[in-house]
Amino acid sequence: MTISIDPQKTNNESLQPKGWLRYFSFSLDHKVIGIQYLVCGFLFYLIGGSLASAIRIELASPMSDFMPRDVYNQVLTLHGTIMIFLWIVPVVNGAFGNYLIPFYVGARDMAFPRLNAVAFWLIPPSGLMLVASYFVEGAAQAGWTAYPPLSITTPQSGQIIWILSVLLLGGSSIFGGINFIATIIKLRRPGLKLMQLPMYCWAMLGTSLLVVLSTPVLAGTLILLSFDIIANTGFFNPVLGGNVVVYQHLFWFYSHPAVYIMVLPAFGLVSEILPVHARKPLFGYTTMVFSIMGIVVLGLVVWAHHMFTSGTPPWMRLFFTIATAFIAVPTGIKFFNWVATLWGGKISINSAMLFSCGFIINFVFGGITGVALAQVPFDIHVHDTYFVVAHFHYIVYGGTVFIIFSSIYHWFPKATGKMLNEKLGILHFIITFIGFNLCFAPQHWLGLNGMPRRVAEYDPQFQFVNQISSLGALLMAISTIPFLINVFLSLRNGKDAGDNPWNALTPEWLTSSPPPVENWEGEAPLVEEPYGYGKEISEQK
Amino acid sequence: MTTLDSSKEIQKNNSEVNETHEDFRMFGLITFLIADGMTFAGFFAAYLTYKAVNPLPDGAIYELELPIPTLNTILLLVSSATFHKAGKALLKDKNSDSQKWLFFTAFLGIIFLICQLFEYFHLPFGLTDNLFASTFYALTGFHGLHVTLGTLMILIIAWQSRINGGRLTSQNMFPLEAVELYWHFVDGIWVILFIILYLL
Repeated sequence: MTISIDPQKTNNESLQPKGWLRYFSFSLDHKVIGIQYLVCGFLFYLIGGSLASAIRIELASPMSDFMPRDVYNQVLTLHGTIMIFLWIVPVVNGAFGNYLIPFYVGARDMAFPRLNAVAFWLIPPSGLMLVASYFVEGAAQAGWTAYPPLSITTPQSGQIIWILSVLLLGGSSIFGGINFIATIIKLRRPGLKLMQLPMYCWAMLGTSLLVVLSTPVLAGTLILLSFDIIANTGFFNPVLGGNVVVYQHLFWFYSHPAVYIMVLPAFGLVSEILPVHARKPLFGYTTMVFSIMGIVVLGLVVWAHHMFTSGTPPWMRLFFTIATAFIAVPTGIKFFNWVATLWGGKISINSAMLFSCGFIINFVFGGITGVALAQVPFDIHVHDTYFVVAHFHYIVYGGTVFIIFSSIYHWFPKATGKMLNEKLGILHFIITFIGFNLCFAPQHWLGLNGMPRRVAEYDPQFQFVNQISSLGALLMAISTIPFLINVFLSLRNGKDAGDNPWNALTPEWLTSSPPPVENWEGEAPLVEEPYGYGKEISEQK
Repeated sequence: MTTLDSSKEIQKNNSEVNETHEDFRMFGLITFLIADGMTFAGFFAAYLTYKAVNPLPDGAIYELELPIPTLNTILLLVSSATFHKAGKALLKDKNSDSQKWLFFTAFLGIIFLICQLFEYFHLPFGLTDNLFASTFYALTGFHGLHVTLGTLMILIIAWQSRINGGRLTSQNMFPLEAVELYWHFVDGIWVILFIILYLL
């Protein structure tokens, strides 16, 4: 069965608001929705970043003098939840996915445009609800993991609002995932084969599979947790005969794949950016595809490596250590492919390239500490210390957030038609890179020496190193200023970008900047070699 | 070779092209049902873990009787068959037959829910009595929610299959096919739930 698209219906642009207003409307245009995701996510990033600054100010001295202990717990819970569910996941999936995937598959929009808009509009209310819970009656205090019995025994109203908010965000994420799978598999332009798709499509396909398979489990778990809090059942309450470890299993069955939900799209984006700025084809396309799918499969069976100290039996420790170590193989393949893509290329040193290279450096460091953490004896030593904090910030900030900035520098000309200022961009990169490493590298040392995480106070012997870390956090906060100035200045009077400022070959550059509502004036172009750099390129404009 | 200029070569005025694409609403629904099935899988995994690890405390009551759930299993399986009949009838343009079968399916769904409520009121344990009681109510309740939604949707498409002015025709089968797939999914989940919760 086929659906015929009524030409009068599809071209009825007058029904959609124009100009700035459309970004505040229930727009069905995938490009508008992508930018809605990005801007909304960035606002939450600023909130989450302020909370992070508050945490680092508190930790500059060993006593809890900047804020009381329970406020510290609330702040770190909000920081984690906002950064994960309202900044990284929506931006790296929703924002860039919505903007780019229809171009890459040669479509005029996503498979289900209305579902797409619904998925976005679930985010602002749930985010506001989460932030508002802080002011109502004490926010959630149990960390972003909400482990019972802590989440059951701390004040309940904040925790319930936290659960509702995360459930809504999970729903948004599932709707997005369904949409991406249908778009990539079903909406491809006729003649475009799966193995000709740009790498970001593969990354989003893998990510969406993880979203669809694991997010519902988190939803079910949180429903059971809310029963424990509201209805006084005992699923996870040991006093009533419940089992806290079951919560941890169910939670990490989602939340370990969530790590890949956060980082796989970044892998895809960096695979788009590097070939363009190095003027070389992406090295090892097929191995990249199989690595992504390998990470998807392995990512679903490694969750218990978060629980080595939760009384897991020896066979489980053995299995999950081995499975986790295996993930280093596909990830390592991808790392070497990126380096090989750069090797011998005609590299332009611009902001997008610098952030991508920063990503590779930070990510390989975070990856190495990840392999170390998978080993049971080492993990037991550093469990719940600052070593873990350093590790996942190297992946999530040093990896994914660097790629988000890199992608903004790369695709800003396409979305707005204006170039970003390179000098401010390079300044942004330098401050971010130094600040980030200054902030998180010393935390490895802190963790190895036994400083526990999620505690407002610490042994005075760690003060000096903590102050270095706080200095790094200050630099990271400052780094946002040149970026914001850059965006606002460039939007007002940036250089005109033209349709294809980077001479890229992927399909989104083959239309005007900014692209028209239905992406292409005529039929969608068939791009069989999205990375055909260095080969004969017919009459580039 | 890359096609840098293809967009210029094929300059067609879009408004004159009547584009068509494949119907992938069913594909989206199947993806959603996989996600929904994972929610149940999480619940089942939790229940089975409890059963393996957490013993029932002394004096706690957790006993289930078989007759009502067996009747419920039969009701749902028959309703799957009657729903299939409705689809066959609609395909032959027999709208009134189709509507009758749909109403009968919805009726079976309602009977299922009544039986479920009857069971709830006559069980010797409540929601918060013990771990297994809680899990029992959470699982059957979550499934009952699905049956309720399914019954409502069946009533909606039964209304849509009316002869004069109904949207549901042999040319527009999608609403019926979608609800039918959902209903079979809910039945399948019930069979798994029946085996795990009552028979194991």
